[in-house]
Amino acid sequence: MQKLVLSLLAIFGFTFISMAQDGYKVGDNVSDFSLKNINGKMVSLADYKDSKGFIITFTCNHCPYAKAYEDRILALNNKYAKIGYPVIAINPNDAVQYPEDNFEAMQARSKEKKFNFPYLYDESQNIAKQFGAIKTPHVFIVQKEGGKFVVKYIGAIDDNWENTAEVKEKYAESAVDALLAGKPITTTTTKAIGCTIKWKKA
Amino acid sequence: MYNAASAQTAAPVYDLAQYQNRVQQKNDTLYVVNFWATWCKPCVEELPLFQTAIATYKDQPVKIILVSQDAKTRVLQVAQFMQKKQYKAEFFVLSAGNPNVWIDKIEPKWSGTIPATILYKNGEKVNFHEGDFPDQKALEDFIHSKL
Repeated sequence: MQKLVLSLLAIFGFTFISMAQDGYKVGDNVSDFSLKNINGKMVSLADYKDSKGFIITFTCNHCPYAKAYEDRILALNNKYAKIGYPVIAINPNDAVQYPEDNFEAMQARSKEKKFNFPYLYDESQNIAKQFGAIKTPHVFIVQKEGGKFVVKYIGAIDDNWENTAEVKEKYAESAVDALLAGKPITTTTTKAIGCTIKWKKA
Repeated sequence: MYNAASAQTAAPVYDLAQYQNRVQQKNDTLYVVNFWATWCKPCVEELPLFQTAIATYKDQPVKIILVSQDAKTRVLQVAQFMQKKQYKAEFFVLSAGNPNVWIDKIEPKWSGTIPATILYKNGEKVNFHEGDFPDQKALEDFIHSKL
């Protein structure tokens, strides 16, 4: 897998920073990527000259957990994009097994839900592998430090997917709030039940 | 406990303590506990393996329990699903609060994806498998490992 990622990155001319076996951990530097947005344009982290960081969210159309979190992902972007932490959503699922997650369906879902953030298609699944994303939704909060993108939080958006009203811990918000305040993040990794990323069959 | 007698009856909802009481019993029965959900395609595709295993182990101390991760609002649909498929396994919906707390209490190695399967015997967790089983033999080899 590493060789594949390496060669693909080399083809696209990115700087390759050595990758952890199991994907990123908190404190690791994220390699930039270039993925196709639903409007057909390529998006990279480097495009966001003025942002302080990113709320990178692996998500998809079909998964009930991902669906349950769509409005909360929108709310995160509404709250944090203007103060430096935009949401970047990435769908890594195999559209052969899950046609509901194909590019056209992503465009339709984005239009329907009025996504105001990029919804990128990780067709090769290499970026999900690079990150070590395993489920949807799966959030990686990244902060710009010098020229680097440093992982600060990995996990769930909050502690209750079923019922927003019963949420007690807003993990992703707390993490971004801490970064904005220059304070340490209380909880830097969390677990959640999620749909597995649907990897392509070999 | 529930035997899919009537889909008018909703699936029971267990909290973490009820779950632990059910699967961590001080006896020689091997509890094969599968985490799944009606909406989870790989889970649903895997369920026939557990159904077949019930027959395979009918004369042995093996108890197969299907623990649904469906929402609490879908307890009726879970029961209807079990009845429609004519699955005989005991089942309930686990609603245990903050996943960041309960997943680790059940199994620290578990990332939280489903399906996942855990074996318990004599009150102890004795094996864990995250992901689906590719075939009947893989599931039964897993069960045999602690039978």
